[in-house]
Amino acid sequence: MEKSAKLVLAAFGAAGVAVLLSGRSRDRGTDGRRPRWQVVTVNRPVEEVAPAGRPPEPLAALGDAVRTRVRPAPGGRGTELAARPGDGTRGRARLARTMGRHPEQTVATALREAKQLLEVGEVTTVEGQPAGRRTATGTLLRSAAHRSRGRLPR
Amino acid sequence: MRALCWTGVNELTVERVPDPRILNRHDIIVEVTLSSTCGSDLHLLGGYIPAMSAGDIIGHEFLGTVVETGPDVRRHRVGDRVVVCSIIGCGRCWYCEQGLWSLCDNSNTTPGVPDLVYGSNPAGIFGYSHAMGGYAGSHAEYVRVPFADQGAFSVPEGLSDEAAVFASDAVPTGWMGADLAGVRPGDVVAVWGCGGVGQMAARAAMLLGAERVIAIDRLPERLEMTRRHIGAETIDYSTQDVLGELIERTGGRGPDVCIEAVGMEAHGEGVQYHYDRAKQQVRLASDRISALREAIHACRKGGTVSVLGVFGGLADKFPIGAVMNKGLTLRTGQQHGQRYIPDLLERMDRGEIRTAHLLTHLLPLDEGPRGYAMFKDKTDGCVRAVLRPGG
Ligand SMILES: NC(=O)c1ccc[n+]([C@@H]2O[C@H](COP(=O)([O-])OP(=O)(O)OC[C@H]3O[C@@H](n4cnc5c(N)ncnc54)[C@H](O)[C@@H]3O)[C@@H](O)[C@H]2O)c1
Ligand SMILES: [Zn+2]
Ligand SMILES: [Zn+2]
Repeated sequence: MEKSAKLVLAAFGAAGVAVLLSGRSRDRGTDGRRPRWQVVTVNRPVEEVAPAGRPPEPLAALGDAVRTRVRPAPGGRGTELAARPGDGTRGRARLARTMGRHPEQTVATALREAKQLLEVGEVTTVEGQPAGRRTATGTLLRSAAHRSRGRLPR
Repeated sequence: MRALCWTGVNELTVERVPDPRILNRHDIIVEVTLSSTCGSDLHLLGGYIPAMSAGDIIGHEFLGTVVETGPDVRRHRVGDRVVVCSIIGCGRCWYCEQGLWSLCDNSNTTPGVPDLVYGSNPAGIFGYSHAMGGYAGSHAEYVRVPFADQGAFSVPEGLSDEAAVFASDAVPTGWMGADLAGVRPGDVVAVWGCGGVGQMAARAAMLLGAERVIAIDRLPERLEMTRRHIGAETIDYSTQDVLGELIERTGGRGPDVCIEAVGMEAHGEGVQYHYDRAKQQVRLASDRISALREAIHACRKGGTVSVLGVFGGLADKFPIGAVMNKGLTLRTGQQHGQRYIPDLLERMDRGEIRTAHLLTHLLPLDEGPRGYAMFKDKTDGCVRAVLRPGG
């Protein structure tokens, strides 16, 4: 497990949970090889989430670096929008360039932003809000929390 | 502007900080008239809710005047007097549409933290750490309010600032506790904790038709207040045996609904309390649950335990056996204020819910640290210290 994730769990007195979460990587599918799909449910109809089958921004901008999939969610909950790092060689090269060390995190962030753009029209932020003097106390945790808009690297 | 900032465990400082700006199209900026302390802040202050960072502005129960509106705001104008729900909800996601506002999918800007610790991410909350979005809080001259059309509510003219400010948090939280528990006419309801939240839960239970409401605490001034302003009967747990009293007062059945309004720093008597405290201090458990254990033990077979108190991580000696074998229902959550506040403001305006007595200390912002010290130690009869940033 990555350092930032361990830090968060320890801070919550939930270090024990780490035991449950570690072990097998959750980023691989059950066959243990292909990257697992990450999915968000968007409270909008399929035609709006992927008009004419085209994925929404900012996923679309990632091009063949990611693969995407949409299907209606059960119970009238909108659309399940899934993405995972692409597996073509071109896709992989591009992924490494645009996403660095944690492609799953980049995919998660893009999914979350796509959902927010579709549901509320913009990405919610706290960047640029006031704060008092920052010192070392809690800074590590804060920056990890905000860097990982989608999820913390595991 | 000036703002009250968390600077370390049990350490608050008033600092000069930049004024807030509109950052999203649904934002408004509110000039803060009143901003209250809340039991939840104590958990942050004490370091029990981690993910705080030095310099964070705290405060989430507030009322003020709109001074600026973002381009997509429809329901508010500059000059409106508004009370703002402490929990932030977008109004567009599936959860908000179901009325589960504190589970909003879009308002938490730091979802990675709760995702990891809880398996999913609840809503953003003002001034409530970088697990709940890292939003700047309301103990300041101005505060930015995201999704203002959903979370800010105009206050009826006849309702004073001092009464209306609690429509932000204490009143809807208490109401939710009774509502989610499905309190019905004829029920006997017990409430642990006579702070702002517990008192409002007791009042809500009465308005929903409960035949008897019994509130539990040890602070004489709070017990007295709960009898006089709320109309509930009380038990002093420092001198009376809570379980014995409850079983006797409920014909041997136990209360139909038990509402816990104490939270993770529950105080208690005897061995159990010292055991919990020791474990919490060495971080083997993050939460003390003595009031919750008692509520579960007291509850009648098939009854409902409604947990309003905030818990953060893991607790020890949770009586799952009693929950299972007595067939209890557990209801809990951060409050879904947006769903209740309009109706509650009307009830407050009609005098059905009285709140002004909760405000025991009105202080300028500079005295924030002193206000919190009183509120934390429950000295000078403090129930809620309320800050007035305008001086
Ligand atoms: N769910 C929500 O959305 C929400 C909103 C606001 C507050 N809260 C939580 O509700 C709880 C109460 O908030 P508050 O503002 O009223 O706090 P408060 O500190 O004013 O009141 C807590 C009261 O509990 C009493 N108490 C302590 N141990 C007890 C025990 N073992 N049995 C009975 N009473 C006991 C204390 O004496 C005190 O009067 C806190 O945990 C707070 O975080 C939750
Ligand atoms: Zn609160
Ligand atoms: Zn929402």
